[in-house]
Amino acid sequence: MKPAPFEYHRPGSLDEATALLAELGDEAKVLAGGQSLVPMLSLRLAYFDHVVDISRLTELRGVTAADGYLRVGAGTTETAVGADLDVARAVPLLTRATPLIGHFQIRNRGTLGGSVAHADPAGEYPVVALTLDAEIEAVSAAGGHRVIPAADFFTGLWSTALEPDELLVGVRFPVWGARSGFAVEEFARRSGDFAVAGAGGGVALDADERVARAAIGLLGLGSTPLRASGAEAAAVGQRADELDAAELGRLAMSGLEDVPADLQGSADYRIRVGAAMVARAWAAASNEAIGQRAAVGARP
Amino acid sequence: MTELTVRLTVNGETVEQTAEPRMTLADFLRERCGLTGTHLGCEHGACGACTLLVDGVAVRSCLMFAVQADGLSVTTVEGIAAADGTLSPVQAALRDCHGLQCGFCTPGFVMSITALLRDNPTPTDEEIREGLSGNFCRCTGYQGILAAVRVPLLTAAPGDVRSYENGGREISQTFRVTGGTSD
Repeated sequence: MKPAPFEYHRPGSLDEATALLAELGDEAKVLAGGQSLVPMLSLRLAYFDHVVDISRLTELRGVTAADGYLRVGAGTTETAVGADLDVARAVPLLTRATPLIGHFQIRNRGTLGGSVAHADPAGEYPVVALTLDAEIEAVSAAGGHRVIPAADFFTGLWSTALEPDELLVGVRFPVWGARSGFAVEEFARRSGDFAVAGAGGGVALDADERVARAAIGLLGLGSTPLRASGAEAAAVGQRADELDAAELGRLAMSGLEDVPADLQGSADYRIRVGAAMVARAWAAASNEAIGQRAAVGARP
Repeated sequence: MTELTVRLTVNGETVEQTAEPRMTLADFLRERCGLTGTHLGCEHGACGACTLLVDGVAVRSCLMFAVQADGLSVTTVEGIAAADGTLSPVQAALRDCHGLQCGFCTPGFVMSITALLRDNPTPTDEEIREGLSGNFCRCTGYQGILAAVRVPLLTAAPGDVRSYENGGREISQTFRVTGGTSD
């Protein structure tokens, strides 16, 4: 046995879970799918006196469509997210990012909420949430219900705005309108590894084929998932077919402050890979949006 | 540390043992149930050697605590062959295609491939590679394993002769049992 000893709790309901978190405070850690937490416990990168297992709370699972957004319950497994047709229709970026998470055996246990709450800077769902301006729903026994914009959620390496007594219960992803395209690209040394660098993006076009909305998210290029707001601003208002994706990729890399460096690659290398990933993701997303525009226009 | 009672079904039989909460399902099966077919390589979710089925779903048993499997149904590699020892089609194909050398990673591959082919009986080569990407093998170079996954796709009857390509070579094999072959 490699993890340090802990006391195990398996609450039977959401209310029981939040009551436990209120009682145990920061001595407790929530266990969802365990695909990141268990390795950290086994490597003793982390230890907790109490582990609160929410993996059997069926009320945390499921996908629901609401006005203008799609809500994914925190306990929905990555496999279920990847296979969900409503997700594929409403939030294609989420569907396309899913196969890049680990391997199918990991996705069978790993959950959307667990991935977002774990907040790995190279994680796929955190960067999708940030890129699409998702809203994170948290509940606590004391404070009830709180909605946290993704832009305020990721506060540092593996750190979030969640309070110790709060439980992440769902994520709301805004649904973009027609004439939009999405893509995610990442480079990993081996299939399923955390990416050396990656990017996810969304492009929405107006009636004049100009970029009405641009979202570019970066993964593995800092201590949190990041938005390339400079590159986004440069793209908005431009004709999509005249934009230079490679130039946007370079622009997206400007101002990065804490690019990781390790055996997988230096910071300079990651920046070069990141620029290429942004360019690829932008080109794919942009082409998808342009294709939809042409199809609409081609109707008699 | 307090041990908790864990009751679960392992390969169709009910098992009741105690375990510390921090004991992984893999350790529980090996040390408390005597089922050492589940192998532990990295113990942090990278190598896939400990893959097994929990309620029919392939998972890494080093990334799950035994207490989390309480009340669930687990299938290990010991539950894959028939009771009389006849290998499953996946196991027979791994043997016949030289899909193993030292055998350490093999239980994990058997479980992953079994789940893969159950959910997608006719995978493309790309899907096979993706499906195998969560399991490490340090002996074979993977080509024999890839060939083995293709063999059960041929739903042949015993005695049938079928051909398939392995590493650019056309190989002809006689089927001994459904999905299994001999040269």
